[in-house]
Parts: sequence; structure tokens; C-alpha cells
Amino acid sequence: MKRYLARRLLLAVPVLLGVSIVVFMVLHLAPGDPAEIMLGSAATKEDLARLRADLGLEEPLPVQYARWIGHVARGDLGRSLWMRRPVLPDVLDRFRATLLLTGSALAISTAGGVALGVLSAARPHSWLDRLSGVAALFGASMPVFWLGIVLMVIFSLHLGWLPASGMWAPHGGGGAGDLLAHLTLPALTLAAASVTIIARLTRSTMLEVLGQDYIRTARAKGLIERRVVTRHGLRNALIPIVTVVGVQAGYLLGGAVLTETVFAWPGVGTLMVQGILARDFPLVQGCVLVIALSFVVINLAVDLLYAWIDPRIRYE
Amino acid sequence: MSRRRLRRYPLAVAGALVLAVAVVAAALAPQLPLPDPDSVDTPNRLRPPLSGQHPLGTDEFGRDILSRLVWGARVSLLAGVGTAALAMVVGVVLGVLGGYYTGWIEALVMRLTDVLMAFPYILLAIAIVAGLGPGLRNAMVAIAIVGFPLYTRLVRGVVLSVKQLEFVEAARALGSTDATILARHVLPQFVSPVLVTFSLDVGAKILATAGLSFLGLGTQPPTADWGSMLATGRQFVVLSPHVVLLPGLAIFVVVFAANLVGDALRDALDPRT
Repeated sequence: MKRYLARRLLLAVPVLLGVSIVVFMVLHLAPGDPAEIMLGSAATKEDLARLRADLGLEEPLPVQYARWIGHVARGDLGRSLWMRRPVLPDVLDRFRATLLLTGSALAISTAGGVALGVLSAARPHSWLDRLSGVAALFGASMPVFWLGIVLMVIFSLHLGWLPASGMWAPHGGGGAGDLLAHLTLPALTLAAASVTIIARLTRSTMLEVLGQDYIRTARAKGLIERRVVTRHGLRNALIPIVTVVGVQAGYLLGGAVLTETVFAWPGVGTLMVQGILARDFPLVQGCVLVIALSFVVINLAVDLLYAWIDPRIRYE
Repeated sequence: MSRRRLRRYPLAVAGALVLAVAVVAAALAPQLPLPDPDSVDTPNRLRPPLSGQHPLGTDEFGRDILSRLVWGARVSLLAGVGTAALAMVVGVVLGVLGGYYTGWIEALVMRLTDVLMAFPYILLAIAIVAGLGPGLRNAMVAIAIVGFPLYTRLVRGVVLSVKQLEFVEAARALGSTDATILARHVLPQFVSPVLVTFSLDVGAKILATAGLSFLGLGTQPPTADWGSMLATGRQFVVLSPHVVLLPGLAIFVVVFAANLVGDALRDALDPRT
């Protein structure tokens, strides 16, 4: 396992390097002077010169990149032009809220999706199976931001059951119940599409596994159906399910930007959009880098999970 | 497709009809008897559907919502099909190069797709728009860049397996050039899966461009597009929910129809999946 881990970590290095180059290049994508784009046309020559010097924009690109990555490696993601303070503490603070939202959505979609998929596969063509098929098409076609607004209109504005936005109540909040109430709608909105994707993949994988000879043997030796499905079926269907859950984790991290905007959730997504509209490149780069790094870590974790679930993978 | 085969896919036929109506309405928007989508009429703001001259009501500036939806369809549909097509062309070219030629070309293509796929999908699009600046064209370019690795991986996989087959070796032995082999023997092998992927991708791309517009990074006001209509109407959702519900419904119905057609195409052209 140690050798597998070392090999997998080594493979992540070029990807990390590539990710950092892409994030660095964000500043240089637009034609023209980045300093002018950031400060706008009203900026004085002195301001422009100061910003160029601060960001080292006069130097060749490879030198700028080397300096930037050196700072990033030391935990310095630069200073926000808009908030006039270092980017990292703000990004990390907001990242906690994004992690909470994404983690909750992933937990909901994994638990719901696997349960729905297993039940659909255990009884193919039943009403539940048909319903989950239709739900999958709905999930793939529903704009997540629209679903969020519709849920907010129904459950917050009309029924008044749940708060419409934010993470904490403005007055008297702060407890776990308050957080849970604020988290429910955004997490359900974000999870909606993933539940159906995980359910469909679990269903098709389970159907394939349940058609295998060893399942027939398990049934023939008199095991109860529930044990056949969970112990012999689900365990062998886990690899594709873990793959799709890993992919969905990335999708949720990205999709969180839209959900956070709808519910004014104080995560990295809302911070990044504010940064883009304020042309605050160091802030945007910091947000993108932190989310992308966490996605690389998730992919690594998924690969390690494979090796844990199926020991043959470690020896290939 | 014969009538009998069409009858096997009633949902797909319904989806194709919905798409056809949307495309025709969008294409004929200037000829349709609709008010100017950008004409402001503040005394008549936020009128509910079925009120006088406005079958679907008016928005926060008193602009006719039906007209904005039809004109918005031009932007949203074109953005969806355009980005999916751009992603497909770039993805297929790189997939063929990466699959057929080994060595540095293959390594370069694969590392590029690895890096792009190391980002959460919509996040990378947002980051690219951040660099290029908000606007519909930049949003489309960003989504196409994020979307092409899907096609590259697909095509490369097919090309890798096909180039080992005997008929390709035979063609090479007969002196066919690379271009002839690729066009005559390799291309027909990936046309079906690419078409299926494209048909399912159009809906996803409409959603993605609408998402960027919703964040204020795509279409800029006053141009109507379904995502930006939803974004600007959001503040009035309590008073006039139709301002938000209608553009969202338009996106949902069109993407749902596109997915129905895509699903049926997959069943018909790619029975392995």
C-alpha cells in the first residue's frame, strides 16, 4: 500500500504543476495590461506603476510564475486589491463554509443515490425504478440555480419553514440547530442532480453484478435476499460507485458557486464571484487554487479508496 | 429513420418537436409579431401573465417577458449548440492526434486534458471568464475549453483501439497516407459515439452558459438570455414569481427535450452503453 501511495502521490505532482500554471495564467488571459484591467481606466500612472511593481508584471512570464509559485508554496497567495489584506485567511475562512455545504450535499447524494440505486436494481421495472429513471432525466435538465430559487420560494417565503439565505440567523442564532436550518435548502439543492446520477450508476452496476454466477450461488445456498444484495452485490459494485462519487465531489465543489450565490451562503464561490466583478485577480486566483487543490486531494483519496476496496489494484 | 423506428422512441419525438418549436421561434423572432424585447415601459412593470397585451406578463422594467424569452432563446440555444460544437471540434482533433501519433504529441494532449480535468467543471469556466472578462463570447470560449477533454478522451480511446486492427494495418501496407487512413477507416468508427455525446452535451452546455449568465459573467444587460433574465428577476421573486419561474422553466424544458433526444440517439446509435 505504501508503494502504491508513493506512486500515486508522484503522479499528482505534474497535475498540481499544471493546475498552478492554469491558475497563474488567469491573470494573463485577457489582452492588454493586467494592472490596467484591475485598476480600471480611472487609475493614475503612479497607481498602475505601483501595482505593476507589486505583482512583478514587468518581468518575463516564467520569472513571474516562479516568483508566484514560490510565494504560494510559503502560503502567501497575495493581497486582495479590494479588501486590502492578505487573501489566504479570507479564502480559508470561506472555504470552511464551502466544505460544509459540499460535504453535506455529497453525504445526502451518496446515501440517497446508493439507496435508491440498490432498491431500483433489486426490483427492476418497479414504480420506484421508473420514478428514479424519470428523476435522473429531471436532475440532468434542471438548472441548479433555478431549483434553489423554487425551493426557497416554497419552503422559506410561502411556508416559512426554513431560512431563505445566509449561514446564521442575524439575531440570536449561532447554535447547531440554526446552522442546520440554514444548511438544509442549499445542501438539498446542490445534491439534487448528483443523487440521480449516483442512483442510475448504482442501479446499472448492481444489475450487472446481480447477474453474476456467484450471486446465483449465494442465493442457491439459501442466503436471505437482503444479505445477497448488500454483502455480495453492493460490495462488488463499489468501485464504479466510488468513482462516480469522486466525480460528483468535483461537480459539487464547482456547482457550489451557483448554489452559494442563490442562498447567499458565505463560501469561496460567492467570494470568487465578488472578486471577479471587482477585478481582484489575486483574490480570484486564491479561490480557484484552493478549490482546485482540494479537488486534486479528493481524486487522490478516491484512488486510495479503490486500493482499499480492491487489493488487486495495489499490485497492478 | 423510418416511421416504425420513430414509434419506438415517442419521448424523443416529443423532445425533437419541442426543440424544433424553440429553434423555429428563435430563428423567426424578428418576423414574429412581438414587442421590442428591450423596450422599457415602467408604468406596466411586473404585470402577471395573461394581462392585456402581455401573455406572459412583464418584468421589472415593464419589458414583455414572452418577447424576451423568444429573443433570449436565440442567445441561449446558439450558446449551447455553439459551445458544444466548438468543444467537439477541438476535442476530436486533439483526440485523433493524441490517439494516432505516439510520442510527444500524445504526451502533450494527455497532460493537457489531465490538467483541465483536474478542475471542477464550472469552476474552471468561471476562472477563464475571470481572466478574459465577463461577456457571452468569453463565456462560450471558457465553457468550450472546459468541455473539449470529454471528446478528446472518447476519440483517443477509439482511435487507439482501431489503429491496431488489421484493416488499418492493411491500408497502411497498401501505401495509404495517414490522412486517408484517418478519414476513411478511423473516422467512421467514432462518428456515432461523438454524435451521441454531442447530443447529450448540448443540454449541459445550455445549462452551463445560463449558469455563467446567472452569475453575471455571461450575457450582459440589456441583452436577453434565459440565465440573465433569471438573475435580474431574482430580487422580485416574492412579488412576482413569474419573472423567475418562466425563464427557468424555458431552460428546463429545452434541456429536458435535448436530453430526451440524446438518450434516444444513444439507444439507437450506441447500443453498447
